[in-house]
Amino acid sequence: MQVQTHVDINSEWGIVAARQAGRKLAREIGFGSVDQARITTAISELARNIYLYANQGQIKIEEVADSNKRGMKIIASDEGPGIRDVRRVMEDGFTTSGGLGAGLPGVKRLMDEFDIDSELDSGTVITAVKWLR
Amino acid sequence: MEDMQVSMYQLYRDMLTSYLEDKSEHALYHAQQFSKQMMEQDMSPEETVSLHLSVFQDIAHDLPEEVKDSFDLLVEVMIGYGLAYREHQSLRDRQQELESELNVAAEMQRTLLPERRIDLDGVDFGVVSVPAGKMSGDYYHYDLDEHGNLAIAVADVIGKGVPAAMSMSMIKYAMDTLTNNQMQPGFVLESLNRVVERNIDEDMFITMMYGVYHPDKHHFYFASAGHEPGFFYHASTDTFETLEEKGLVLGVFPRVAYKEQSFELSPGDFVVFLSDGVTESRVDGEFIEREQITDMIRERLHLSAQEIVDEIFQELEKAQEFQLRDDFTLMLLRREV
Ligand SMILES: Nc1ncnc2c1ncn2[C@@H]1O[C@H](COP(=O)(O)OP(=O)(O)OP(=O)(O)O)[C@@H](O)[C@H]1O
Ligand SMILES: [Mg+2]
Repeated sequence: MQVQTHVDINSEWGIVAARQAGRKLAREIGFGSVDQARITTAISELARNIYLYANQGQIKIEEVADSNKRGMKIIASDEGPGIRDVRRVMEDGFTTSGGLGAGLPGVKRLMDEFDIDSELDSGTVITAVKWLR
Repeated sequence: MEDMQVSMYQLYRDMLTSYLEDKSEHALYHAQQFSKQMMEQDMSPEETVSLHLSVFQDIAHDLPEEVKDSFDLLVEVMIGYGLAYREHQSLRDRQQELESELNVAAEMQRTLLPERRIDLDGVDFGVVSVPAGKMSGDYYHYDLDEHGNLAIAVADVIGKGVPAAMSMSMIKYAMDTLTNNQMQPGFVLESLNRVVERNIDEDMFITMMYGVYHPDKHHFYFASAGHEPGFFYHASTDTFETLEEKGLVLGVFPRVAYKEQSFELSPGDFVVFLSDGVTESRVDGEFIEREQITDMIRERLHLSAQEIVDEIFQELEKAQEFQLRDDFTLMLLRREV
């Protein structure tokens, strides 16, 4: 059975808990220290968005395996307001922090696979995978 | 990838070892060169920090736990810098794309301008037009009609950037529809005004000076739509007169009449059309006086019309440290002696 962990996000404590769980799983899967930090940063950004824009939601992390590779998957889901214009949001330089490289485009860069599924007024699910090299 | 990491590791190891041995400036110089190599190979700041730690652990045995742990914090911080760096790279690529798109647009805009040289007995003509940015808000025109009359014009779009530059094409096409018999300045401006009024934004205006020279009788006719006044040079008295006629800028009201003036050019006389980029050139932080322009022309009376305008542009460009604030257009038409 592969490892799977849920963390509820409804406060900054939740963000820290998700980071912690993420780093632990990444280490267990065998990611090096730089990749552990990258995965953790990605989780952190996704969890912060949930906390800021949807108030509450969930971060699910799990080990994934393909025929010839292993990795880690993050699923960030909430039932918040949804993202109106996903394309805009994925443009560099769009984040409110503006030009600091973080935000969703940053998450996409930190991970190997990235997918957003968002519907207005019903919520957002963001999935990201990092493969072990 | 693996190979690259191995060689980077080895390089960094050699560098650090040598530095720790003799603390030489030479080793530091190496490190500076190495940083360029790392960036070329897309090595991120966090990877660099982590490389440093692993090499260091390798060289210095028994590194205190605290030192190792402190690197966790540094890596975490560096990830943010790494992301900002990547974003910067992608924005730079995007900028290059935009730049090349703009180059294409600028190239298209240049094709709107006349190219062939004016070859007309008894007439010496020259024009220089240089945009401050890629696209120009100035437009100029010259054309010979089938009666052998020479029409000249300078226009300036009030409004900045690409939209202003694009409205230039409208002027060009509207002028193309005028027939040879319609080349009287007043009539031309009236027609253009109608087109402009109908087709451009309310906050955009175009000023224009339009003139026609009839070489047979040596008469020059002109009208102006709120454009920067030009000059008329009298060779016999060596004096400059302001070339100006009242007229509303193009695009304000649908129906506007433009007054026309005419005078005769004696041998050596000439007219100068310009855009406000010329008069608003700043030398030592101050706008130049119109008199300075006429002085510059006077110093060059022995040159051809093209040489005069080229040299004046060069002088003003240099005086402004090669940074034009506005599009620059200067045109000179002289009746030869
Ligand atoms: N889970 C979400 N629910 C609703 N809207 C969201 C969610 N996540 C992101 N957004 C919207 O997308 C925008 C971009 O998010 P992103 O994380 O890229 O940048 P940011 O949060 O504005 O700034 P920062 O760089 O500090 O993260 C947010 O401003 C927000 O409007
Ligand atoms: Mg965010």
